[in-house]
Formats: sequence, C-alpha cells, structure tokens
Amino acid sequence: MAPVTTERDLRLDLFRGIALWLIFLDHIPSNAVSWITIRNYGFSDATEIFVFISGYTAAFVYGRAMREHGFIVASARVLKRAWQIYVAHMFLFVIYLAEIAYVASSFKNPLYTEEMGVLDFLQNPDVTILQALLLKFKPVNMDVLPLYIVLLLWFPPMLWLLLRTPSFALATSALVYALTWWFGWSIPAYPNGTWVFNPFAWQLMFVFGAWCALGGAQRLARWVNSPVVVWLAVAYIVFAFAIAMTWYFPRLGVFVPKFVSDAIYPIDKPNLDVLRIVHFLSLAVITVWFVPRNWPALRSPLFWPAIVCGQHSLETFCLGVFLAFAGHFVFTEVSNRLLTHVIVSFSGIVIMVAAAALISWYRRIERKGPGPRPPAIKPGYAGGDA
Amino acid sequence: MTGRVLLTLAMLALAAPANSQNLAGHQADCRAAAQQIDRDFPLPRVTRALDAKRLDILVVGAGSSLLPGPSGPKNAYPARLQIALAEKLAGVAVKVTTDVKPRRTAAEMVKTMAPALAAAKPTLMVWQTGTVDAMQSVDTDQFRAALENGINTAHAAGADVVLINAQYSPRTESMIALGTYAENMRWVALQQEVPLFDRFSIMKVWADLGTFDLYSATKKLDTAERVHDCIGRLLADFVIEAAKPEEPHGETGR
Repeated sequence: MAPVTTERDLRLDLFRGIALWLIFLDHIPSNAVSWITIRNYGFSDATEIFVFISGYTAAFVYGRAMREHGFIVASARVLKRAWQIYVAHMFLFVIYLAEIAYVASSFKNPLYTEEMGVLDFLQNPDVTILQALLLKFKPVNMDVLPLYIVLLLWFPPMLWLLLRTPSFALATSALVYALTWWFGWSIPAYPNGTWVFNPFAWQLMFVFGAWCALGGAQRLARWVNSPVVVWLAVAYIVFAFAIAMTWYFPRLGVFVPKFVSDAIYPIDKPNLDVLRIVHFLSLAVITVWFVPRNWPALRSPLFWPAIVCGQHSLETFCLGVFLAFAGHFVFTEVSNRLLTHVIVSFSGIVIMVAAAALISWYRRIERKGPGPRPPAIKPGYAGGDA
Repeated sequence: MTGRVLLTLAMLALAAPANSQNLAGHQADCRAAAQQIDRDFPLPRVTRALDAKRLDILVVGAGSSLLPGPSGPKNAYPARLQIALAEKLAGVAVKVTTDVKPRRTAAEMVKTMAPALAAAKPTLMVWQTGTVDAMQSVDTDQFRAALENGINTAHAAGADVVLINAQYSPRTESMIALGTYAENMRWVALQQEVPLFDRFSIMKVWADLGTFDLYSATKKLDTAERVHDCIGRLLADFVIEAAKPEEPHGETGR
C-alpha cells in the first residue's frame, strides 16, 4: 500500500520539536520550569510523542527508500541510522562519566553517605564501560536512545511487512505488546533490573506511528474526526488531569474511589501502560482536531523554531541531554534560584534552536556543493531526518 | 511530587519572600516545610497506644536513617523522633528502637523485619526505604511486592506503618532515578492505606527556600545533624496528627 501523501507533514516536525523541548526541560533535575510539561497533567509524556513521530517519519523516509531501492538498500540505511544513534549515545555517556567523576571527587557531605554509594561503579570502570557499550548500563535519563536503536534494528522486517499488509503488521506489533505483558519479556540492565523503556512494549508506539504514515492515518480519519471520539478524548484527558492532581494534593485522593485507584495503579511506564497509550491517543485526536494539516500558521515564523528542531531530531535530542547535564551543573555549582531555572531552561531551548538552524544551513550549502552536483533530495522531503 | 513542591513554594513565595532570606542566616526553621505534612490515613493502633500512655516505635531503615561519627546515633532522626515525641506527648512513655543498616533494599529489610518486630513489639513501624532500590534499579514490581510484604508483616505483628521515602539529594539527582521509586511508594501507600512521610518533598522545600544548603560539598556534620533533627520533629508531628481520633475530612484549613 502506497502512502497517499508525498509531502512531509510539518505538524510532525512541530510536535516532535516541542516534544524534544519538553524532554530537555524534564531531564534537568528539579527544574522548576518542567512544571509546564505535559507529564505533570496526565498519564503520558513527551516520550510517547517522540517515539510515535519517530516511527511515523521513519516509515515515511525508509518506506520510500524500500519501495524505490528495495529491501537491502533501505535496511542498510536504517542500520546506518541505528549506528549513528549508538555513537551519539556513547558520546553522551562519556560526558556523563566526566560529570559524575567530578561529583565523586568533590562531594563528601555526610548527610548523603548512602547516596554517594551510587558512585561506587567508578571503582571498576572496566566493567562499567563494557556494560555501557553493551547498552546494559544506562545512566539516568539516557534510556531513549538505546530504545530507539533497538526499534530501528527491528524496523526493516516490520517495514517490509507494513508495506505489504499494514493491518497484519500492526496486529503483529500489538500481539508482541500483549505477549510482553503476559510473559513479562524485557531486556536486562546492569547491574540490576531491566531497561527503563522496554522495547518489546514501546515498539507498539513506533509501529503505530509507521502504520499511520503508510496510510493508516487516512483510514482512521473518519474516526478521528467524529465528534463522539473527540468528546471521549476530552473526557479521558480531564479524567487523567483529575487523577494527576491527586499526586500533588494527596488530600484530594479521598475523592478517588478505591476501585479506581486499584485499577489504575501502578501506571507502568517501562511497559507502556495502556492508560498511557490511551492518553497519548486522546491528545493526538484533539491535536488533529485543532491543527489541520494545511494550517497556514505552520509556515509562520512563530512555529519555525520548534519545526527546525523537529527536523533534526537526533542532533537536537543529544544536545538536549548534554544541556540538561550542563543545566544541572549550573544549579549545583552556581545558583539554584527560580530565575536561574528560567534562564537555564530558556537558554537551553535557544541553543537547541540555533544548533538545528545551523545544521539546516549546513545541509543547504552541502547540497549546493562545490561542483555542479544535482540536488539529491527531493523538495518537501528535504531537511527531515527519520 | 515536583509539582506539589512547586505549588507549595509558589504559596510560600507569595507569603514570605523576606522571611526565607532570614532563615538561611538564622537557626533553621524546619516548620517551613510543615505544609508537606498531610494527614491521609489514620494510625489506629497508635491512637490506642497513646490512650494507654505507652508508645513503642521501631524504625527500619537504611543509610539515610544514620549519621556517621561517634554521636551519630544520638543525632540521627530516630533518636530525635523519640525526644520530640516525648516532649509533645507528656505522660506517654515513648521508646524508639532501630533496625537500621546502610545499603539495604526494601526486600533485604523485609528479610530481617519479622525478628526485629518480634523483639521490639512496636505499636508503630517507621519504614524508611526506596533510596537503595533506586540506586540498584531494582525491578519496580519487586520493589512494590517488597513494600506490600513488609507492610503486611508489620500489620500481622500488630504494628501500624509509616513509610518514609528517599532524601532529596540535589547533587546526585542526575545519577539516581528516584522518581519511579517515589511514585511506586506513593501508590503502595495509597493502596495499603498507610501514611507516607514525604521526606523528599520536605527536603526539597528546605533546599529551595534556603533553610538548609543541601547542595553544599561540606564534610562537616552540622547541617546533616540539623536536617535529621528537623526530620525527627516533623515526623513526630506527622505521627501525632495521623493518630488523632478520626475527624471528618473536609476543608479544615490549616
């Protein structure tokens, strides 16, 4: 089944860019500004948006490659992308090591004797670094890229299936998700536990995004645009908001009947809880309702900063992880005032936008090239990563 | 959790911007974080014990229930809790014993819990946990199961339970993912109807107001001792509040 559209949907770039900003804000520990991010007001967070849109764009870009150049070429490109992400992840790991080695050498507060035990692994760096290379040892907040790598490794056969029988492919993905819940499949982590984002569960969000890109969105349109569905989505978002408020004001908890709290907790983020999926879908329904594909404002300068970040998502994401480390460093070493939080958060986003704009510019001049090279990439498809 | 802290801070910032400036230089005011103490579930066995004028408490915990040094046991929050309760509960014989060893996960603490409960025969078990589980990224299902197991063990031994979550430790925040474990503790507390003493949010408010400098790289014990003293006092208030005879829920302002 062929994609019905050929031009890149700017809404994807816009919301992926916004998701990247939110992930950055959430990744700075204790950041007061992260109060504005969606994870505080419902079940799902920016991770769902990021994974869904990544699946959508991966299908869009590699689906075209697979149809034009075949399975082998498209798979090779997917794997090259996975390798790039692996290298980026290891680069961030080195920065992380530098940060905590600094903390280990400078911080001896007796109040935190127990917490400092987390630095013990620095005493056997051979094991730690090897486990990091195997993606088993993953520092806090560095779980998204390993997830992305595994999702891409699994993507070529999935894409092949999606291009032939999209519904069967989606059903396969849902079956893997269901079996994961049934059998408790997971990937072990070092030194204990399992991956923070279980790829066997999160692949559903990625494949669902890919399925939407390859014609699924058109098939869903009739449902998504029905007022009944929109009202159901609104009702669910209000429900999730009300539950989220009881997290901050425990005394509101008395208004939540026991059978409701028994039913919803624990909300399983590692295994992509159904409550989270439904929350994401509700947000998506409402977003599509209010932001049509050809909305003229998408081309306005107001949305350009988010769109340009969304178009260079890997670079922006990695920079965001680094900036979150740096932001935390500023809070610890310089100042922890509210104003600092605002300045650090705002400057971080400005740096992300500037870097993404710079990458766009590089791509443009490289495309022009030194010689009379014809443009290799078609318009509309330009500037976007998978 | 963060949101709740921020909302509290917003209220405090409106109420007392000048006040917080003074606190840093003067004697620490632990009450700055008293808003974080919310009565949610009762402690019926403690209520009866107070009527009988005798309260035995067992503190089960890991490293953050300890202070280093020769005077550590005297200054750590379990000992401060006993002093604060004795002050506030005139005529009640208060005794706090501890089963505290560093680097223990919830599951490891549960293993020694039954004998410790049998030896101390407490009315209340205060259970500090979550930090080591987060540091070792223990599977959250196992963490929740251990919490439920421990709570049931204490209830079976005739003790009420108060849970204490991890400390707020700003320097190690990018290394220990406390959030998931704090959430899971909250859910278990809710489902088992056990009060949760939110040490994390309390210390976060102190750090943000400048009551204590928790970012400090100091090796000295004085701040740590004052923090434990305040935790002990607030914990005493929390226990007394939760043990008050049942009153109707509602907009009883504070």
